[in-house]
Amino acid sequence: MFESLSARLQGISERLRGKARITEADLDVALREIRLALLEADVNFRVVRDFVARVRERALGSDLLTGLNPGQQIVKIVHDELVEVLGGARHHLSLDARPSVLMMVGLQGSGKTTTAAKLAVRLRRDGKKPLLVAADVYRPAAVDQLVQLGDQIGVEVHTRPVGTPALEVARSGLEEARQRGVDVMILDTAGRLHVDEAMMDELVRIAGIVTPAETLMVVDAMTGQEAVRVADAFHAKLPVTGLILTKMDGDARGGAALSIRAATGLPIAFLGTGERTDGLEAFHPDRLAQRILGMGDIVSFVERVQENVDQTEAEATAKRMMENRFTLDDFRNQLAQIKMMGPIGQLVGMIPGASEMAGAAQEAVDSGQMKRIEAIIDSMTAEERRRPDLIKASRRRRIALGSGTSTAEVNRLLKQFGEMQKMMKMLSGGKMPRLGGGLGALLGR
Amino acid sequence: MFRRRRDAVEPIEAIAEPVTVARPRREQRGMGLRARPSGLGARLRSIMGAGSPATAATWDAVEEALIGADVGATTTLELVDAARTRLRTDGGRSGEDARRALATEIRDRLVRVGSGRFELGDAPCVILFVGVNGTGKTTSIAKLAHRLQGEGRTLALAAADTFRAAAVEQLRIWGDQLGVPVIAQRAGADPGAVAFDAVVAAEARKLDVVLVDTAGRLQNKQQLMDELAKIRRVIERRLPDQPRHVLLVLDATTGQNGLLQAEAFSREVGVTGIILTKLDGTAKGGVALAVADRLGVPILFAGVGEEIDALAPFDPEAFVEWLFAG
Repeated sequence: MFESLSARLQGISERLRGKARITEADLDVALREIRLALLEADVNFRVVRDFVARVRERALGSDLLTGLNPGQQIVKIVHDELVEVLGGARHHLSLDARPSVLMMVGLQGSGKTTTAAKLAVRLRRDGKKPLLVAADVYRPAAVDQLVQLGDQIGVEVHTRPVGTPALEVARSGLEEARQRGVDVMILDTAGRLHVDEAMMDELVRIAGIVTPAETLMVVDAMTGQEAVRVADAFHAKLPVTGLILTKMDGDARGGAALSIRAATGLPIAFLGTGERTDGLEAFHPDRLAQRILGMGDIVSFVERVQENVDQTEAEATAKRMMENRFTLDDFRNQLAQIKMMGPIGQLVGMIPGASEMAGAAQEAVDSGQMKRIEAIIDSMTAEERRRPDLIKASRRRRIALGSGTSTAEVNRLLKQFGEMQKMMKMLSGGKMPRLGGGLGALLGR
Repeated sequence: MFRRRRDAVEPIEAIAEPVTVARPRREQRGMGLRARPSGLGARLRSIMGAGSPATAATWDAVEEALIGADVGATTTLELVDAARTRLRTDGGRSGEDARRALATEIRDRLVRVGSGRFELGDAPCVILFVGVNGTGKTTSIAKLAHRLQGEGRTLALAAADTFRAAAVEQLRIWGDQLGVPVIAQRAGADPGAVAFDAVVAAEARKLDVVLVDTAGRLQNKQQLMDELAKIRRVIERRLPDQPRHVLLVLDATTGQNGLLQAEAFSREVGVTGIILTKLDGTAKGGVALAVADRLGVPILFAGVGEEIDALAPFDPEAFVEWLFAG
């Protein structure tokens, strides 16, 4: 449903071919597409307006760089500008006080409780001793949820009996944190609407009691145009120090991050990915910029692969992917890794448009097609796997015989692998958002 | 091999006491929307002054207002085009005429797809609640249960969110408060089995409605979507015409990803309607309008507050009035 900005600008590139400079009229056409792309990525329309104005300034009359067509150059300008707005936004928690209180705030359903547990895991990994405090006294079973998460991760959770006001829980939580001598107290609060004055006042009073070292606003990456208004309202009432963007393992573009960053200047501390308690990642401006532009998040993709496979091998594969030296051997390895890793959906979800691929791959496994592909590749010589162009008619027959398949299947695999290589070439050039078509087709869709 | 890899969840030993405290109560009226101006109406009125003729600049500003309400660029452009055509055919010229043309256009489209029309049909009616994480599925179930109870229906709730920590307890607490039986197994149980149990229980007890809670899932996780499709199949196998409703719970603060959500959930489990939640903030829920218009999925209910009775049948007229009046 979404077209990536790069795809949108392809047409413009055609128009601009052969020109030495980007003229104002050319730029207007491009800027309209940029505006639409950013709006579809949920960047706030006011932020878009300012952003587009800055891009215009930067692009006007700028000399064309060698090796880039005008469309690509505009994408690069947009990308660089995005990184600039997002960048310097990386936030390191201030944890000098003992205990340092981290207060989680945000709208309902943004993911505060899960994120609180994830933070505890991360801080403990960094050698800190955390205490979780369950001060969401409103949502039914919110306290149970934190207690269960605490059990899972082996972190103490401070709770009070039903009916205890949130302020009281915060107060006694802080007391326990001091008594236990913990380094960090992570305070979970109830989700609330920014326009709910009574509830916002409660947060202000809680902050008055615990004097948080960090007030972290938890924001759903899928948030639309309201993100700015919500962030402004929280920021106006509370000394918010950083943002945590959650549900980043979805396929939302995450334009809200740019909106909030541009409007409030608040830094982004972490990104939440997945429901597992280890799903909290450091923030990288350039990756988010690429995601907002619909260019896919190939670095995160590769990192995720690294978690599951041999690091050096994954790096080498990534390098070959980027340099378009991806061979059938690599493909064979990846199939094996995909089978090993299991949650393929999470992997391909990082690449916009690729979620269909998950289904295709799953189907391929189920139907035994994955096995056939593996058999075909296994029946090739090492030389053939590196250079599929060597495989002419007689070699195809031999491979088909050896793998117990047909020449038609061998042909199809080779043809589709060729297509996939082409797409990777485009992807590495920042032009190809839909890997799904390639691998999906290869797996028989 | 493609199993969901999640942390092991311990079986629950005992169900905790209800952990709820009443929130400070906020004002409610009508569909619950009137007390809060949308802000969009005032914007549009200032753009489309009553006397002055509608110009291209006027329409540009209208586009911006709709986009600011999360309607999305594509749907907005289409709506504005349609409204301009409508204005031409109706012969209106003023800003006020333009505003009315746009309002009528939106309302007609919402009505055309059947927004606000909700019928239970034959008992037991099974209603499956689906959506991404944190949109308010469990709360919406409690609210709809309360509403159906008020209409004299007998109910059961099925706790088929067996994954999220304390999700079963959350539903149990609501069940206790409403006096509605909750069919549940231990955490980590097969959600399809829970749904099946609930349907069987509803048949045995001759209940009118079963509301099935499911775990929130992001639509790009295929194996989780497959799990949802399986829950649906399990219900279907027992009762061929059920689930009568598959309600997508959509957060009003969601941006354009809402379209992808609706598309994926429709594809996998056949969404029949939308519950638009959290319409009590400043969000306009414009993406639901885009979903209704582009995918033909009606908006059936709106969550307009924290209270148990704060779920209103979606009223296209009132919604558009709210959008344009405030």
